[in-house]
Amino acid sequence: MNNMLTLTAAEIAEKLTAGELTSVEVTQAFIDRIIATDGEALDADNRAAGKNGVNAYLHLNAEEALAVAKSVDEDRAAGKELPALAGVPIAVKDLIVTKGQPTTAASRMLEGWMSPYDGTVTQKVREARMPMLGKTNLDEFAMGSTTEHSAFGVTRNPWSLDRTPGGSSGGTLAALAAFQAPLALGTDTGGSVRQPAAFTGTVGMKPTYGSISRYGVIAMASSLDQVGPCARTVLDTALLHEVIAGHDPKDSTSLQTPVGSFADAARAGAAEGGLQGLRVGVIKELSGEGFQPGVLARFNESLELLKSAGAEIVEVSLPSVKEAIGAYYLIMSSEVSSNLAKYDGVRFGLRKLPEEGNVTIERVMGASRAAGFGAEAKRRIILGTYALSAGYYDAYYGSAQKVRTLIQRDYAKAFEVADVLVSPTAPTTAYKLGEKTKGDPMAMYMGDIATVPTNLAGVPSISLPGGLADEDGLPVGIQFTAPAHEDERLYRAGAGLEALLTEKWGGPLHQQMPDLETLIRDFNFEGAK
Amino acid sequence: MTDDILSFEEAMEKYDPVLGFEVHVELNTATKMFDAAPNAFGDEANTNITPVSLGLPGVLPVVNGKAVESAIKLGLALGCDIAPVSHFARKNYFYPDTPKNFQTSQFDEPIAENGSIDIELEDGTVFTIDIERAHMEEDAGKLTHKGGAAGRIQGADFSLVDYNRSGVPLIEIVTRPIVGAGERSPELARAYVAAIREIVKNLGISDARMERGNVRCDANVSLMPKGTTEFGTRSETKNVNSLRSVERAVRYEIQRHAAVLDAGEKVVQETRHWHEDTRSTTSGRPKSDADDYRYFPEPDLVPVVTDAEWIERLRAELPEPPAERRRRLKADWGFSDEEFRDVVNAGAMDVIEETIAAGAPAAVARKWWMGEIARIAKEREVELTDTGATAQTVLELNKLIEAKKINDKIARQVLGFVIDGEGEPAEIVEKRGLAVVSDDGALTTAIDEALAAMPDVADKIRAGKVQAAGAIVGQVMKATRGQADAGRVRELILEKLGVEG
Repeated sequence: MNNMLTLTAAEIAEKLTAGELTSVEVTQAFIDRIIATDGEALDADNRAAGKNGVNAYLHLNAEEALAVAKSVDEDRAAGKELPALAGVPIAVKDLIVTKGQPTTAASRMLEGWMSPYDGTVTQKVREARMPMLGKTNLDEFAMGSTTEHSAFGVTRNPWSLDRTPGGSSGGTLAALAAFQAPLALGTDTGGSVRQPAAFTGTVGMKPTYGSISRYGVIAMASSLDQVGPCARTVLDTALLHEVIAGHDPKDSTSLQTPVGSFADAARAGAAEGGLQGLRVGVIKELSGEGFQPGVLARFNESLELLKSAGAEIVEVSLPSVKEAIGAYYLIMSSEVSSNLAKYDGVRFGLRKLPEEGNVTIERVMGASRAAGFGAEAKRRIILGTYALSAGYYDAYYGSAQKVRTLIQRDYAKAFEVADVLVSPTAPTTAYKLGEKTKGDPMAMYMGDIATVPTNLAGVPSISLPGGLADEDGLPVGIQFTAPAHEDERLYRAGAGLEALLTEKWGGPLHQQMPDLETLIRDFNFEGAK
Repeated sequence: MTDDILSFEEAMEKYDPVLGFEVHVELNTATKMFDAAPNAFGDEANTNITPVSLGLPGVLPVVNGKAVESAIKLGLALGCDIAPVSHFARKNYFYPDTPKNFQTSQFDEPIAENGSIDIELEDGTVFTIDIERAHMEEDAGKLTHKGGAAGRIQGADFSLVDYNRSGVPLIEIVTRPIVGAGERSPELARAYVAAIREIVKNLGISDARMERGNVRCDANVSLMPKGTTEFGTRSETKNVNSLRSVERAVRYEIQRHAAVLDAGEKVVQETRHWHEDTRSTTSGRPKSDADDYRYFPEPDLVPVVTDAEWIERLRAELPEPPAERRRRLKADWGFSDEEFRDVVNAGAMDVIEETIAAGAPAAVARKWWMGEIARIAKEREVELTDTGATAQTVLELNKLIEAKKINDKIARQVLGFVIDGEGEPAEIVEKRGLAVVSDDGALTTAIDEALAAMPDVADKIRAGKVQAAGAIVGQVMKATRGQADAGRVRELILEKLGVEG
């Protein structure tokens, strides 16, 4: 593997500035890696046949990425001032609209659709002069926790190709784990960057609701969605967070608060004594029953490390968390049922005529939606439509909003005694492909128990690698949560723990990863179908 | 189901109508309700759009602050309470004129509630109409059905959709049920919509042109048998878009309901469409209270918060209410009830006010605008203010008359020339040589000739029959083609003949 690929974004930026590397070299290295390890993933036929590698990308944007890289190199050579991450490539979840590249939301509904406009985060990435490598796979319209609900094939976990990378931002985090990008953007509605980060041994951040513009992010559940910066290290995540954060007049829910000094916070946390006096609250309800032993073992190990570094461990309770999944699935699906109404075959995207009978507008809409949406999208649209119906609204949507308020109060109370809260990110390590999609969808939903409450409360939360579970050798995620607007605390705590763990492991976790190209060569894609 | 209608008189003998109105007012803000796209009428289809107006994937709405100000102003003008916090909600339904397949509206927390306005009918009777609420929302796009009959969706081959109107700011004003108008119901309906139109125009928040759909009325009608108080089943006649149609549609629905009830049948709760050509309504889609729009709070928008200071500032900026203004002007101008009503009905109030403000006496302004200018406007089938005559025209004509430069008759001719675009009155008088002949020499010659031509008349005058001078004056006026000052001519004749006037 090319040495450039394992560099952190911070290191790449440094080497670009020092003239030790060019952006074209780096960008080309990642493109080569994508081609080598996504395999024939970028060929639709092979993808459908399951003959692929990781399948993290739905679209490779090589030409434009290299053009941006070249212009950055030229400007640097000319001595022009450049943004901090100029020339550092990035992958973008295919839920975020991008001019000049297709945006599909991993749905047949939007297959081939080209956005005529850029989202605000896309624009910020362009202003930061970061080459966009391409668009990454996801569960259709971000609905799912395994990336198996993509209309364009599953994404495989680079640690073990018969496992899911989690979801919905499975492509984003798998691309990072597979060294197919140093930085990537995901979105998080109920854990969609944190859970796949946990499953792939990478870092996923869900910022305070409203701190990153949602303009140009295809809406799943508006009151919960948030763009998530992702990387392989906490510092890199912080650097990317600074690029994309900030008030946006195009998003009414966008906060007016100034962007925090995330990278400084990360550096301070990783420094000697960075965790001294930090009050860490262990969430009683999210660190015992129902959690895989290997996950709990790594979690407890992290607690010991935090304690050893001078952090104060306290126990906190979030009693309403047990209602979170129910409330989440009602609120989320209600908003989904309305947000996805615009996909009707009238103005853009898939249009399907009814197979027989009259071609009326209702029937064209019906046929288009029947053909364009996958099973999970349909399930949630139906659930949400029901929950909002007259006579049921109070019992379902209304009650769910009350639970949401209770959860917010629980957090507020917990933060009276703790600066940050900590728990495993997910109860288990990565699921086997097919394990959660056959049979009861509730089984998949319950895996979000630790991540969903923070979206309901609007508070920021980060997942970072906590090591490998003994029973399956797969990554375990540790999740920190802070009060709203206190994202900096997460970078401090996260980078602090990361430094302790890296020291313990004798290097970053990914050094323990099996060689991906060997895995792909040896894997029986045909048999795994 | 009977298709008959009962005579209005018979309907009134048996039933009491209950009315209710939903009036939609399109605001004249520069941009749309949630979007930076221009809010403009009549442009090429699908040009005033952005990704937001089209509801493309990923877009988000942002509330137009000007539209909120307009809503507050209208709420205040309708005597409503302005909510300190109000919310937007999504009204979910699938229809291709609504790109998101939901309309962003206000549901249980509108910006303005609990108002009332007094509506004065032509004979001066005043009805108070209670306003339940006024809320903000967005307009839908416009569908045009092609093929099939008369642009109807039934039988059409295909439909075209223009999203220029999609997202244009609307305020919907909803009344409480209006009971007790009896036979005046149709008239009241018209007067109510006229009053709303006048108010929004006066506030400057809407172009208020009904023919462009700036003000659209949905009229609800139900009947109660006389002597009962329980409301009947209502029909909602949609988009009745002229004052005349509002009156006719309400009258028609009263007659139709009466016939249905008389036949022992039940009125169907439904929307009805008004047809101006047949002056009748036809059934639209059935509508029930169970229509489920699955309203829920719009998660992409934050609540609209109005502080007292803002509201008071807007209240202070409100123009004088039209009804109060009419009372004041009538008193100031000293017009009789009848004179003033004629002025109002002729749509001449504004221009007369302007003319008076420019310095013309009230009677003069009324004389010109209600007289000669009105006559020309009628003849040419244009609005008074579209004749080309202005306050300044009237003022100048009056000055020329007062200075005795021209007489009334010439002034009317000059007005004609002004309207034909020949220029300003003074300029026309000069160019066309229409000034009164005041050269006594020229007049004396004409008088001498006239006296010589009618010696018997001259004798009568000399004998003291002063009124006979009229014939000589007429002769002189004829000789001078009307350009002489008749009064001066008369003076000169009497002087010449040595008679005291």
